[in-house]
Amino acid sequence: MTTTQESAIQAAAIAEIAGHFGPYGGRFVPEALIGALEELDAARLFAQTDPTFIAELAELHRTYTGRPSIITEAKRFSEQAGGARILLKREDLNHTGSHKINNVLGQALLTKRMGKKRIIAETGAGQHGVASATAAALMGLECVVYMGEEDTRRQSLNVARMKLLGAQVVPVTSGSRTLKDAINEAMRDWVTNVETTHYMLGTVAGPHPFPSMVRDFHKIIGEESREQVLALTGRLPDVVMACVGGGSNAIGIFHRFISDESVRLIGLEAAGDGVETGRHAATITGGSPGVLHGNRTYVLQDANGQTIESHSISAGLDYPGVGPEHAFLHDIGRAEYRAITDAQAMEAFSILSRTEGIIPAIETAHALAGAMQVGKELGPDAIILINLSGRGDKDVQTAAQYFGIPL
Amino acid sequence: MSTPLENLFTTVRGENRAALIAYIPAGFPTQEGCKKVIQAFVDGGVDAIEIGFPYSDPVMDGPTIQAAADQALSQGTGAKEVFEALKYATDLGVPAVVMTYWNPIEKYGVEKFAQAITDNGGSGVITPDLTIEESAAWESAVEQSEINSIYVVAPSTNDARLERVTSHCSGFVYAASLMGVTGTRTSVSSGAPDLVARIRKSTETAVAVGLGVSTREQAKGVAAYADGVIVGSAFINKLLESPDEESGLAQVRQLAKELAQGVREGR
Repeated sequence: MTTTQESAIQAAAIAEIAGHFGPYGGRFVPEALIGALEELDAARLFAQTDPTFIAELAELHRTYTGRPSIITEAKRFSEQAGGARILLKREDLNHTGSHKINNVLGQALLTKRMGKKRIIAETGAGQHGVASATAAALMGLECVVYMGEEDTRRQSLNVARMKLLGAQVVPVTSGSRTLKDAINEAMRDWVTNVETTHYMLGTVAGPHPFPSMVRDFHKIIGEESREQVLALTGRLPDVVMACVGGGSNAIGIFHRFISDESVRLIGLEAAGDGVETGRHAATITGGSPGVLHGNRTYVLQDANGQTIESHSISAGLDYPGVGPEHAFLHDIGRAEYRAITDAQAMEAFSILSRTEGIIPAIETAHALAGAMQVGKELGPDAIILINLSGRGDKDVQTAAQYFGIPL
Repeated sequence: MSTPLENLFTTVRGENRAALIAYIPAGFPTQEGCKKVIQAFVDGGVDAIEIGFPYSDPVMDGPTIQAAADQALSQGTGAKEVFEALKYATDLGVPAVVMTYWNPIEKYGVEKFAQAITDNGGSGVITPDLTIEESAAWESAVEQSEINSIYVVAPSTNDARLERVTSHCSGFVYAASLMGVTGTRTSVSSGAPDLVARIRKSTETAVAVGLGVSTREQAKGVAAYADGVIVGSAFINKLLESPDEESGLAQVRQLAKELAQGVREGR
């Protein structure tokens, strides 16, 4: 490992103690929320070393989530990726169909420990909303999910799933009526009901301790897959890849590999129609440092610091911010971020479906498209680990429309 | 040197009353309309004015101020318009501050923003989402430009933290009367007097109460224990609900008069 990289990682470890990742992260929130954030931070720090909590969560993962998730070697897909060895970490096989369950079970246990009976959540594609509604049903908590009105229309199936699970879904009609506005509305609810309510934030963004806490609930993805890849191949992968919206599945699989100098970490952002068109959600590639939703990070913003609406075919990546740890990993050069257009993602979506019999989430398809590029760059000796973060059932309507399949 | 805002609180303390502080976002209902609202505030007897910087993601604001901010943003309101409105108010001789979420300041340039407040006669800035932990760069800019930094505290802020936050405040401490977002309420939270009493234990700085005040009676009630009464959504509602600008302005003037009476009746 280079000295710069080593000291940067050390700096990250130190900075994180104060809720920062270099210049990123922190807390930019109304004072009314500080008490709740401190309570949450104390609860999660205590839980981290509490054997009862650790055992409870591990048992839930074993008997409910379905962990450890398996690794699938994608031999036919590999032919489309320069012959590189492609290993898929199957988070799509988790209960509820994505990695999101890892985080919500952890936060739901913390909610109970804090004596709160009500959770609120934001959702874009609906995956986090469904996961939150699931955890709430399992643990007997009241659940309210805020979802942009635009997204409730795009993802009506997930709205129905949440309702079946007993959650209340509130369509958000303010601003751009998408994920960012759902977060605003959830924050407003939280400011008002903070005594009884836990905000179950779904990604590694928001004010401290959310970026660290959500990462810690997802880092099991990287821990499991590092061992699995070693057992399967006898060595570490050359590249670990994941799609990045807010960045929770990416941080989850990256984290255990950050200190493995030889492993390249590549996050794939949503380029929408193309970063150059301005219609995209590639925050690191096409944004600049600023403050959004309680933390300093890369943001899509105009000259006045107003958030610019993002665009992506994938509702789950359609977000104008990104987790602060990604912003930092980018700046210190430990992780690379590339942008994948809607068209590239949909091509990869189709290829994985046809070569492996796995229909991925459109979010995840961005990572697969990235792997096709990187595989061609590195050739057949390379081992590429991809976080297959979610399954594509929820996207069948969008994909059918895209490919002109009549419904 | 004291700011016009600090001088105002010295004056109203001498008169044994509270100050009336009115909020309007720049660019609302239009940039020219905003100036007329400011004039109506002054005509109605408002003591100080908050110019809001309309922001795309206002998490501390309820539906009324969101609607006003959206309207202002759709007309392209930005920093230039905010400072223009600020100057318009201070040129009328009324102490004025800007209320803004943090990102527009950071984007504009922290030192440059503080200096622009001074250059346009402003007394300070209210920053509802800037925590004291993140405030180092802002504090030094504020000091250099000799303006007031006003932070918002809430009923959930514990005594130890109140002491720390209020030590960063000058001009006044903004006490949020309740746990919630901006907007009118049928009654002002009973938690407000308790919060103000706790604030007074930690600072000599004036305390103004905001969130939920819309009537003369409520203003009177708050004036009994606070140095300032802040009203925003109630004015904006008048403007949003009026059939035309003229009648909206007349109602703003009328409400300001009533509230100005209220802040003089509290003690």
